This record gives sequence, structure tokens and C-alpha cells, in this order.
Amino acid sequence: MPTPSALRTQPLEPIFALATGTARAAIAVMRVSGTGSDAILRRLLGTLPAPRKASLRRLWRDAVHRTDALDDALVLWLPGPANYTGEDSFELHLHAGPAIVSAVASALVEAGARPAEPGEFTRRAFLHGRIDLTEAEGIADLIEAETEAQRKQALAQSEGRLGTLYRGWADRLRNVLARQEALIDFPDEDLPPEVEAALLTETAALRDEISAHLADGERGERIRRGLTIAIVGPPNAGKSTLLNHLAERQAAIVSPVAGTTRDAIEIVTMLAGVRVTLVDTAGLRETTDPIEAEGVKRAMFHVEHADCVVQMFFAEAAPDHLLPGALPVCNKIDLAPAPFTIEDVPVLGISLRDETGLAALQENLERRVRELTASGSIAPPLTRARHRAAAMVAHEHLKAALAVDWPEMRGEELRLAMRALGRLTGEVGVEDLLDTVFGQFCIGK
Amino acid sequence: MKNQFDVIVVGGGHAGCEAAAAAARCGARTVLLTHRMETVGAMSCNPAIGGIGKGHLVREIDALDGLMGRAADAAGIHFKLLNRSKGPAVHGPRAQADRGLYRDAIHTLLHATENLTLLEAAVDDLNLAPDGSVSGVTCEDGRTFTAPSVVIAAGTFLRGVIHFGHDTQPAGRVGDRPANALGRRLEALGLPMGRLKTGTPARLDRASIDWESLAEDAGDAQPEPFSRLTERITNPQISCRITATNERTHDIIRDSLHLSAVYSGAIAGRGPRYCPSIEDKVVRFAERTSHQIFLEPEALPGNPGGDLVYPNGISTSLPPAVQERMIRTMAGLENARIVRPGYAVEYDYIDPRALTHSLELRAIPGLFMAGQINGTTGYEEAGAQGLLAGVNAAHRAAGNTPVTLSRSDAYIGVMIDDLVTQGVSEPYRMFTSRAEYRLTLRADNADLRLTPIGETWGCVDTMRATLFGQTRVAIQSATERAAQETWLPAPLIAAGVSVSPDGRRRSLLDVLATGAKADAIGLLAPWFVALPPRIRLHVETEARYSGYLARQEREIRQLHNESSIIVPEDFDFSRVGGLSAEMRERFERAHPANFAAAQRIPGVTPSALMALLAHLKQQQAA
Ligand SMILES: Cc1cc2nc3c(=O)[nH]c(=O)nc-3n(C[C@H](O)[C@H](O)[C@H](O)COP(=O)(O)OP(=O)(O)OC[C@H]3O[C@@H](n4cnc5c(N)ncnc54)[C@H](O)[C@@H]3O)c2cc1C
Ligand SMILES: Nc1nc2c(ncn2[C@@H]2O[C@H](COP(=O)(O)OP(=O)(O)OP(=O)(O)O)[C@@H](O)[C@H]2O)c(=O)[nH]1
Ligand SMILES: [Mg+2]
Repeated sequence: MPTPSALRTQPLEPIFALATGTARAAIAVMRVSGTGSDAILRRLLGTLPAPRKASLRRLWRDAVHRTDALDDALVLWLPGPANYTGEDSFELHLHAGPAIVSAVASALVEAGARPAEPGEFTRRAFLHGRIDLTEAEGIADLIEAETEAQRKQALAQSEGRLGTLYRGWADRLRNVLARQEALIDFPDEDLPPEVEAALLTETAALRDEISAHLADGERGERIRRGLTIAIVGPPNAGKSTLLNHLAERQAAIVSPVAGTTRDAIEIVTMLAGVRVTLVDTAGLRETTDPIEAEGVKRAMFHVEHADCVVQMFFAEAAPDHLLPGALPVCNKIDLAPAPFTIEDVPVLGISLRDETGLAALQENLERRVRELTASGSIAPPLTRARHRAAAMVAHEHLKAALAVDWPEMRGEELRLAMRALGRLTGEVGVEDLLDTVFGQFCIGK
Repeated sequence: MKNQFDVIVVGGGHAGCEAAAAAARCGARTVLLTHRMETVGAMSCNPAIGGIGKGHLVREIDALDGLMGRAADAAGIHFKLLNRSKGPAVHGPRAQADRGLYRDAIHTLLHATENLTLLEAAVDDLNLAPDGSVSGVTCEDGRTFTAPSVVIAAGTFLRGVIHFGHDTQPAGRVGDRPANALGRRLEALGLPMGRLKTGTPARLDRASIDWESLAEDAGDAQPEPFSRLTERITNPQISCRITATNERTHDIIRDSLHLSAVYSGAIAGRGPRYCPSIEDKVVRFAERTSHQIFLEPEALPGNPGGDLVYPNGISTSLPPAVQERMIRTMAGLENARIVRPGYAVEYDYIDPRALTHSLELRAIPGLFMAGQINGTTGYEEAGAQGLLAGVNAAHRAAGNTPVTLSRSDAYIGVMIDDLVTQGVSEPYRMFTSRAEYRLTLRADNADLRLTPIGETWGCVDTMRATLFGQTRVAIQSATERAAQETWLPAPLIAAGVSVSPDGRRRSLLDVLATGAKADAIGLLAPWFVALPPRIRLHVETEARYSGYLARQEREIRQLHNESSIIVPEDFDFSRVGGLSAEMRERFERAHPANFAAAQRIPGVTPSALMALLAHLKQQQAA
């Protein structure tokens, strides 16, 4: 179908979305499309890979300054127009941990992309003449179903604590913006002098609250997707035995041969009412066996990306150091007693054969799960990466609002922050704003 | 035939004058019909032009070669750039005018306009051609005028009623008869209409005010003209005074609310939220114990009206006796004498959603509406609409296609889009916060944005076009030079510019973007400081806002892209595959003009938009 060329060449801002569903697949595919995708990819990788060839690359939050390695991912650079959307785009095949995906989403927002609206990729594909009418309509049906599901979810959310929180922010921000606009549009109305100071204070308070919320350890994500607990340690420590015990079934092969577990085994169970994925890993040791070596590599990967690590060993193989934050567990105390502490952290001694110390272990794990998911602080957690991205954008603009030179620049930043929050609560129009202005101040000569 | 024209304009207010002059500038043989020649160019209310948002409109009118800016420059006696401490995007040029001088200036400009005839007449009736389009007007005295385009700019006159407390009389404004026959005629045409109201304060005798005891409000020492054609302001400048209401004032008002036309329910029309009567202010902001009042002379001393003072901030419809008691509670006004009491006016307006973006009635081709009749308030809002309606009336008469301004072109575009898509629930007034591209649409760049457009419309005189061309070239070359000249951090830091010593070269534009002080710039680029202020300030402003401007430009491009996908007037939404009944209904109710507007409809789903887009593009391709 012919498309006016003017439309085909219009630059549209970069957007991103997870291409695979949120199901716990091993790989999550993040798609990015829009003008400026090349710059974003360069920021993540340092250099652009060869077009249309899959290559394994390290992803950074900012490759130039080598800050924060995010993942080792398969990267596909797909310059436009010969691709799905017809724009410059790329795909990142990520390890599917929730922590990784949300870190990559944050990095993309920082690099200037925004989360796509439902159906937006397809809309662009259509705009650029990449798909025809029947295809588009077919896809529209699919999106309708998907949107409906999202709408229901959003609705449930809007009635819940999160909805209340977002609306609270949005109301306060609308108030701040209304006061800012009143100062701009009605300088002659002898508005009370404290208005400006008060709006700055409130802007700072909002910025800090959103930032505290963003820094909540991603608890919400954890509740929704569940936690990951990795069991690591030297071969033969009894890791697979522990997994089977916690899962109450024979999920992993147990044998006296060191190096039995070659690949990570994941099973899902409930701990303290939270969905927990237990990962049994290959014993950590130097090895020449390439398959086992790969297993060890993956074990290390899980150590890095798990929410909680159980570091398991037996007395003769007690380590000198602990992995950061790990819970030290010494198995086989029926054979030899456990050391009291490692690096000042008390060691939990157990015997899986005699079933001693297991209640204490269970309790310890449940406490950790509660700590990781509890909402001890004021705010309910952010539950969706999309919400997170919107909150991050709002936060950036609030920060900028406090740094700019002129009130109308501040107004612009506050509007952009409002627009970002509007994605969470429904848009706010100019008339709402004016109502707030006139409701608060006596204006008009 | 003698009474045959290309364009007829009804009403010689601010909208009518701009409409008639613009149509004539476009080459249309134009007649302006108005009740009384004497009131052509009259300021019904506050003798001031411009302000925040409104000043933008005046500059835009001027950029399209309209009258208002030039007349205000000729008549201004107190100029003030509002918001001077803020950035240029929200600067608001404002001037108080000598009423008589303003009217004279408008008369002079109109008389100097070729193709334009001015006549006194009360228009009572509209004549339609057999095809339903307009063909002319008939006056009270039976005269008829024919033209393919008619602009109605009747202001507050359609079935106008003025209220002094419970006393009412039919009038368009005090001393002027209403236009009742025309109001009835428009209603009979089945146009959607409503009632609105607005008010004006009493006028005081200057000699009765203890003027010298009050705080002075002086204008700018260096008055800045509105018009690009004005070199400098030559009138002597005057000062205003400031007083305030107090608890006693408020008590009197509260006790008399039952006598107010507004509060006793005598007026049905809705008043504005932002220009409330003093009754409104006292009721709605009960906690405020005082409201500031500016005392503004209506003319230069010795000129007609020079002994009148306009008390800005106490518009009212209380009975005259209460007005006097209330006014005399204020400092400096203890012995104030009311020359003319304040009053409220109530009038018909046409629901502007019946209009296209070129201000033509959809139902009656050739009939254009401009000014307060469309539900707006203010001279500037009226003038801006008048200009656009006048150009379109002329274009239609010449068989040319209509012209419009978009929300990203001008405040005029924002206003007209708001009016014709949202309608009004109260008199509409311009604010900068209505403009989503506020940093792009500035009073200082109105000519750069609009004069080239005006040239293509044919409403810009060659003298202005030549002057503009020179300015544009000067701006371009200054910008290029400022982009090319670069420094390493060391000399910049030495000059007092705060930049990080990162070894990066920075251009003069980069330096300006940091908000560097003028003396630092003077050390680095003496040539830049020596530029004419207009040129220098423009380059500086664009540099300061550059990040924001780039973002707005991206948004504007996307808006244009999506606005260019038109939804035809007769588009049948039921033919769009995959639309749910609910979505179809939403589209049908809003009938968006294009894909950008479709996206602004509350509640439509992405997939519905997708399906709509698919169909529109298919049609476009076919
Ligand atoms: C009492 C009052 C208070 C106001 N208060 C404010 C305020 O506080 N703030 C503010 O911003 N604005 C205020 N205004 C509004 C401001 O004056 C108008 O917005 C502006 O003048 C509108 O311009 P216009 O050209 O649309 O109409 P007008 O200025 O009203 O001009 C209409 C012209 O059309 C002529 N006319 C009408 N019908 C016919 C006919 N049938 N035949 C021939 N001639 C006709 C009239 O004689 C008149 O000259 C007030 C106006 C009034 C009357
Ligand atoms: N004595 C004793 N033996 C145990 C205990 N727990 C597990 N074992 C035995 O230790 C051996 C190794 O157990 P696994 O669970 O396979 O050990 P692993 O850590 O998974 O070993 P790799 O997969 O090779 O890394 C098995 O023979 C178990 O029966 C214990 O508490 N006491
Ligand atoms: Mg094992």
C-alpha cells in the first residue's frame, strides 16, 4: 500500500517494550524503535554492532563511562527502513530476571527512550507502510485483547493503594503547577508572597518522595514476579539435597559424585506466602570440563542476580569469605561440627541427612523473604516496570524544575512531570489546571 | 450596483476593524457597517491593550500587519512590560491608552486603507442565496448590501441588556443601543446560541481623588512599542496610583449582595472566572481582607476623558448608590465622585463549535463570525479573530481556499482551536498557560513566526515585508556567527563564564545558553554586544531555551504528521473494521477533524486508533 513519503520520513521518538510476554521465559526480548535508536544503542554498548547480525555484547548503563554492567545479551541492530517498524530499531535478548529487565528499562529511559503504548510498534509499522490493512486489523484485534487485560489490571490498581498514591502525587503536582502558572499569568494580582517559596518546597518534597519510592529496593516487582533464591557452594555440599527438601520433591539429582549438577535447576515454591524461585547451581570449582565450566559461569550469574543467596558448604570446605549478603549454611554437621562464624556472620549448622537445624533454616529464609518484600515504609511499592519508568521521568523533571533559571522553564518541567504522572492516572488538561488556579487565588481586574 | 462588495463586515469594534482592514489589505472591496462612526475603535471597558498572553496576541496581529499594535503605540500613555523578571517567553507587553487617541489612531489607519468603505448602518437581517450560502445584509433603514462573504462582529450587542443593580435596560454597552433584530435573526437560522455576561467598574472624577496621597505605579522608563513599524513612543507618559479594598468595603458588599444583578439571579449568563466582579471576589475569597485596585487615568490631562479614572479591580453590578458607599471606604477615594456607575452586560453569543478553524459557520457558507460574539472577552482576542476572519472572507470572495493557524503557529491558533473544538462555558480569555508550545510562541518572535505566513496570505504590506526581510537576514547571520565562534574552557573561565574545564570547545551559542552575564559576553564577543538589541536578544533567547525548543519542535512535527491525516467531514465510522460499538460512538460524538484530534478524545483505546488510522490511510492512498 502506498504511503505518502512525507510520513515515512517523519522522525518519531524512540520507544521500547518487552516483546516476549511477562511469563517467566528464560530470555526476555526488549525491542527499541525510533529516531535516535542508534545513539541509544551506542550508549549501551559503546559501538554499534554490524547490522542484522546477532552478536553477544555486554550491556552498560553508560558504556562510555563503563558504569553499571547490566547483562551480557544477544544484540540485534536493525537499521530502518527494512524491519518491522520501518524505523531504526534494535533488539536485546536479555537474561529474563526481573532485576535485569527493569535495570535495562531504566537505562533506556535515561538514554531518552520511553515505554511504548500498547500497539504503538504496530502503529508505527503501519505509519511507515511496513504492514498492510488486513495485517493491521488482525494485530488490532490482538492488541484489543491485550489492552483489555491491561485495562482491567490498571483498574484494579487504580482502586488500590498504588492508585491512591499516584493520584495523591498528581493532585499535589497539579497544585504546584497551578500555583506556578498563576505566578506567570497573573503577576499583577498581588498573590501572597509565600506562594513561590511554598511551591518550591512542595516540588522538592514530591521529588524526594518519588525518589524514595523508586529506591524501595524494587519490592513491588519482587512481590509480583516472585523472589529468586540461589543455592551455591562447592560440589557435594548438599545443595541439590536442600533444593529437594525445600521443594518437598525430588527435583534435582542427588549423588555422592562431586559435580553432579551441571546446569542451574529452578523450581518454584512458596515461602512466607511469596512465590519463590529456588535455583540449584553447579558446585563452584575450577574445572576443565567445558560443560561444567559453563555451569559454573551460570552459577556465578545467578549469584549476581538472585535476590538472596544461600552459601552452602561442609566443615572441611568452609570458605574464608562470604559472597556479599549471603546466608552461610554448613551442612553435614552429623560428620563434623560447623564453624561458628565466617567474617563475623553466624553460620547456620544443619544436617540434611539427620534433619537437624532445618526449622531454623526455614525460619531464617522466611524472614529474609519477608524483609525483601515487606512494605515497612510509607508507600506501597511500584509494581510494574512501566510505572517505574513513568515515575522516573517525573522524577527527572521535578529535579530539573528545581534547577532551572526561569519560572517558565520550571513550568515546562512541571508540565512534563505532570504528563509523565498522567500516564499513571489519566491526563490532566489545561482546563483542570485553570480551575485549580482560579479556585485558589482571587484573580482578575 | 453601488452596494455590491466582496466583503461586508458588521460591527466597528476591535474585531470588525481588524476584519475590515485585513480583508481590504488582501485586495477585497470591503464595506464596514456599524451603528455609529464615532464608536469605531472604542474601548468599551479598560483603556488598556496587551498584558500577559494578550500582549502575545497584539504582537501576532501586528506581525500579520493588523492595526491594534500600531494604534496602541500611537495612543499609549503608560507602557509596562509585565513579567520582566521572568524569561522572554512569558513577557507581557501592556500599554494603557488615551481612549481618544486610540480611536483617532484606528480611524486614521482605516481611512488610509485602500479598498475600504466605512458606513453608518444598523444591520437587521442577513440575506441568503438559494444554495444556503450568505449573499448580503439588509439594514434597519431598508438599504441592502450584497457580498459573497459577510463577517459578523457584533460584540456584546446581540440582544444586549445592561444591569445597574436591579435596573435593566436594553443596550450593547452604556449609551449604545443593542442589536436585537440581528440577534433574533441569527437565532431563527437555528444557530446554537447562549448568554454570557461581563461587567465594568464605575468611572471616577480624577479631581475628587486624593491622588498624591496614594502609592505611584509608574510605567517603564523606556517604553517598548508593540509594532515592528513603530520606532519609538512619542506620547508623554503618565503614572497610575494604587489603592485597596478593606474589611469595610467587603462588609458593604456582603450586606448588599441581594441587590446585585449577578447575585440576585437577575443575570442568567455565565461570567468569567478570572475577571470576577468585586461581588464574586468577596464571596469566593471570603478569607481575603483586601484586594488591590489600580487607578488608571483614561486619557492625558487636558484631552477628552483626561479627568476620568478607571478603577481596575472593582467591576460590579451593584446599584449606583451602593457603589458610591463602597468606593468611598478606600484610601484616597474618601470623597470620590462617580461620573458613570459600573454595570454588567448580558448578551448572546454563538457557540463557536458551529465554526470551522477559518471562523466560517459550517451551516452557512460565507458567513464568518469574529470577536466577543464567539464567546471571548477582550480587545486582543476580538482583534485577532477579526483579522483571521477578514483574511478568510477575502479569500472566499476571491475563490481561494481558507487559511488557518495551528496551535504550534500562534496564540491565535491556540485560541481558535480551543474555541471551535471545546466551545466555551464562560467568556474565553487568553493565558500563556493555554499554549502548550509556550516557549516557542513568544511575543518577541511573532514576526518571525507569522509575517512570512501573512505574506502568502496577501495581508502584509510590502513596506513591512521589506523591513522583516532585513531583520531575518540579520538574525540568521548573527546566529551563524555565534555558532561558529568557539573557545576552549580556559578563556571562558577567565572571562567569568562558569563552565567545566573539560577541554571541550564551546560556541557563543553554548555560552549564551548558560545564561552568561553581559560583561562576560562583551569580553569574548564585542561584536555580539554591539548588535541591535532586537537581534541580540533573539539569538540569546533561542540559545537559552534551546533544549526546550528542540523538544517542542519534535512534538510539533509529530502533531503535524498526525494532523495531516484528515478525517473527512462525512467519514462513516461504522465502516472501520474492528471498532467496538463504544469506540465507534466516541468517535462519532467527537468527530475529530484529523488523527491528532482523534487521539485527544478521552477514553479511546490504542487499537481503536489503530483501526481508524488503517482506514484513513487506505482512503488517502485510494
Ligand atoms: C460592559 C463591558 C465590560 C467589559 N469588561 C471587560 C473586561 O473586564 N475585560 C475584558 O477583557 N474585556 C471586557 N469587555 C470586553 C471588550 O470590550 C470586548 O471584548 C471587545 O471590545 C470585543 O470586541 P468586539 O469587536 O467583538 O465587539 P465590540 O467592541 O462590542 O464592538 C461591536 C461593534 O459592533 C457594532 N454593532 C453591533 N451590532 C451591530 C449591528 N447589528 N449593526 C451595526 N453595527 C453593529 C456596535 O455598535 C459596536 O461598535 C467588556 C465589554 C463591556 C461592554
Ligand atoms: N552425611 C551427610 N551427607 C549428606 C547430607 N546432605 C547430603 N548428603 C550427601 O552428600 C552427597 C552430595 O549431595 P548433593 O545434594 O548431590 O550435593 P551437591 O551440592 O548438589 O553436589 P554437586 O551437584 O555435585 O555440586 C549426597 O550423597 C548426599 O546424600 C548430610 O547432611 N549429611
Ligand atoms: Mg547438585
